[in-house]
Order: sequence, then structure tokens, then C-alpha cells
Amino acid sequence: MKPAPFDYVVPASIEEALGHLDRGGGDATILAGGQTLMPLLALCMSTPSVIVDINRITALKGIERTSETVRIASVTRQNEALANEPLAAALPTVVRAISQVGHFQTRNRGTVGGSISLGEPAAELPATAVALGAEIEVHSLRRGERRIPAERFYLGPYSTTVEADELVTAIHFPLWPANSLIVFREVARRPGDFALVGLVGAIAVNEGKITQAGLAWFGMGPTPMKAWQAESALFGENIGDVDPQAIADLALSETEPFDDHSATADYRRSVGRQIFVRTLSDALNLRKAA
Amino acid sequence: MSEHQIQLTVNTRPVQASVEARMTLGDFLRSKAGYTGLHLACEHGVCGACTIIVDGLAVRSCLMFAVQADGAEVTTVEGVANADGTLHPVQQAMRECHALQCGFCTPGVVMTLASLTADDARPAADTMLKALSGHLCRCTGYQGIRKAIDKLAEAGTTGGRA
Repeated sequence: MKPAPFDYVVPASIEEALGHLDRGGGDATILAGGQTLMPLLALCMSTPSVIVDINRITALKGIERTSETVRIASVTRQNEALANEPLAAALPTVVRAISQVGHFQTRNRGTVGGSISLGEPAAELPATAVALGAEIEVHSLRRGERRIPAERFYLGPYSTTVEADELVTAIHFPLWPANSLIVFREVARRPGDFALVGLVGAIAVNEGKITQAGLAWFGMGPTPMKAWQAESALFGENIGDVDPQAIADLALSETEPFDDHSATADYRRSVGRQIFVRTLSDALNLRKAA
Repeated sequence: MSEHQIQLTVNTRPVQASVEARMTLGDFLRSKAGYTGLHLACEHGVCGACTIIVDGLAVRSCLMFAVQADGAEVTTVEGVANADGTLHPVQQAMRECHALQCGFCTPGVVMTLASLTADDARPAADTMLKALSGHLCRCTGYQGIRKAIDKLAEAGTTGGRA
């Protein structure tokens, strides 16, 4: 099928884009990398009257490290982020997660902000933002800037707190202590598919004690699911005293897995437990050996 | 609905046209610019058959509008071989390894591998194999393509087999 007709505008600045969204009154759709929107348009599942192409706004591109955060501007391509050395040094979990987003070819167009704002419950980046405590920077013409903690950003499948007149401009990831452990594992039917179940996060350790833990599931509920209880159980623990099975129980208690054509909720729960125990054990054992 | 004037370079030739905003780059190249070597199959970003190179990057041409390619440098499969007909190293490797059956997915595969090996880069076989996950071959003829990838990796001085 072919997309239904629409008007196309290509603003050169954030302000201009916000003006289009403001006038669009909810019927204007933002086109970033297009790797999800284009299929929706082609299948006529989305039929906006105006498309606002933000790809030529240079202020929406780039990765910047400050003393406390890494700011990824929303139209930064996923493959650009993947190749960004300061990002890999500061937040290896983020880079690991991006490497699993779609395919090489879609990551050349697909953007970090696009994946974050789409809110697919089985996607890697939303869960990474939730796990690591990122903030989403959003602008509108009338209300200016606001920042939303990722854990409050997602309302349901493909549903976020972003209003129709708002544009996601950047994602701010807080810096984690150097040498924080990467937690990442996903189970998908084929490389590049959305995960059936996935787990992402980071664990900071100092002198054998866990000083910070951020963990979230993807594909385990209507939104990324933050493992609050598992995080607090890990906090302050000696690595040697961690019981991965018990932590997995806590982490699973905060999920709402679902049945779909690919897997049952029970399957997700059972595989989720396995990958949680394995990933946590692997991460902590690595640390002990070091 | 809006109509737009665009100007781009396709296989080093300048192309100018007026396009409806909703026309994808893949449709434009095939039906308006005549580059039918580009194959459109699923037209919603799943199969990879329509992969081309835009400003040096392999992208799916069904997931971009033609109007977005204004000012871009585009290469399709017609543009990879030498003018004298000498095949591109990727084409040569695929020919030698019988890396195609019906040939429908082939232009996309060629463009992905051509982008990875551009400027004499010789990525590891594993890198190319991972990128191949963005392509579906309905003949399931993947083994020949894997052999071609191994051949391309061996042809490099530093690239090793995964």
C-alpha cells in the first residue's frame, strides 16, 4: 500500500517545528528517522494531515557529555550513538542496548529520540532510559521546556506523557560510577526483532558492596517495567551475599507479562527468571574475579 | 497534499523532479527516475530488498520519502559496477559464490555489503553477517551469501573470519 496524501513541512529550527505542531492541533505528526512511522503510513494505520520532518534541524543532533549527564539530542541516529566513543566510555549499557535496536540498515536512519518517544513496550531504549534514571527533555511553543523522568514517561503501549504540541528534543542520561557493571540480555526470535523478554540496567560496586542498581524489563508489561524492589534489595549488599534467585523473584513481582502471538505470559515469566538469574550472576561473578 | 521540487544525485548523475510528498524514495527511483534495479518487495521496512546507499549509508528506500532526499547523493545497484562493466567486488564475490537464486533480494544485499566495504574497508565477516540480518531471502539462499561474505573478508588484509 501507499501512504495517504499529506502536507509536508521541513522546519529548519526547533521553534519552527513547534509552531507547526502548535498549529497542527494534534493532526501533525513528527517524522524523525521514520523507521516505525513510514511502515504505519504505508499501511495507512496512520493518516496525518501534516508531517513535520525534523531531520534537518541541526540543533536536534549530537551527543554532549557534561559533568553529571550525557545528553543525546533526539535526532541523533542510532548508529551514530553506537559509534560515539565518549558515550561508550560513559554509559556502555546504553551502547549495548542500541546495538540491538532494529538492524544495521534501520539504525542508519532510526533515531535515539524516535525509539524513546515511540514507547514500544518490547523495545530496548525506553527500558534503558527507565533503568538508568534518564530524563526526557520536551519542548512546546506555549509551555517551553519540561523534563520528564523516564519512569513516569510511559503510560502504556505506544503511549507517553508527550502532548500533541510537544517535541522530544533530547534524552539526559545521568552518569553512573566508572566501571559500573552492564546488565543486558534479551531473547528474540531473530536478530533485529523486538524482544520477547529483555532485561537492561547497570550495577555500581565499590569495595565489594553494591552502591547503586538500576534495572528494568522490556517485553514484560505494557511499558518498560522498573524493578524497584530488586534494586533496593541489591543496594548496600555485599556481592557475595546476593541471592540471584531471591532478587529475581522480587524483580518478577513487578512485571505484567502478556500473551501474544509470539509467546505466552508464562513463557515470558519463565524465560525472564532465567535471564535475570544468569545476567545478574554473570555480572557479579565478573566483578569478583576482577 | 503537497508537491515538492527536488534535486539529487543518483549514481553520480543529477536528477531533478517534482514529487508528491507521500512518494517514497524507492518508488521515486523506480517509477520516476527509471532505476528499476532497485527492488521493492514488502514496502514497509521488513525485507531489505530496497536497500540503497544515501549519503554513504545503507538505508531502506521504502522508509524514506523522495522529498527527504533533496540534496542527497544516492547510489543504487546500477551504480556500483565500473563503467566498463567490471563488477564491484561484492558483485564479483556473490557471482563466484552463487549468492543468489531468484535474485529479488540481491540488489539490497549488494548495497548493504557495498556500503560496508566502501573505500576499501574490509570489515570482519561477523560484522557483515550481522548486517545481513536486515535482509530476507525468500529462496532461503543464505549459505551462498555467507560464502560471499567470507570471501570478501578474506580478500582484506586485516579482516578476519568471525
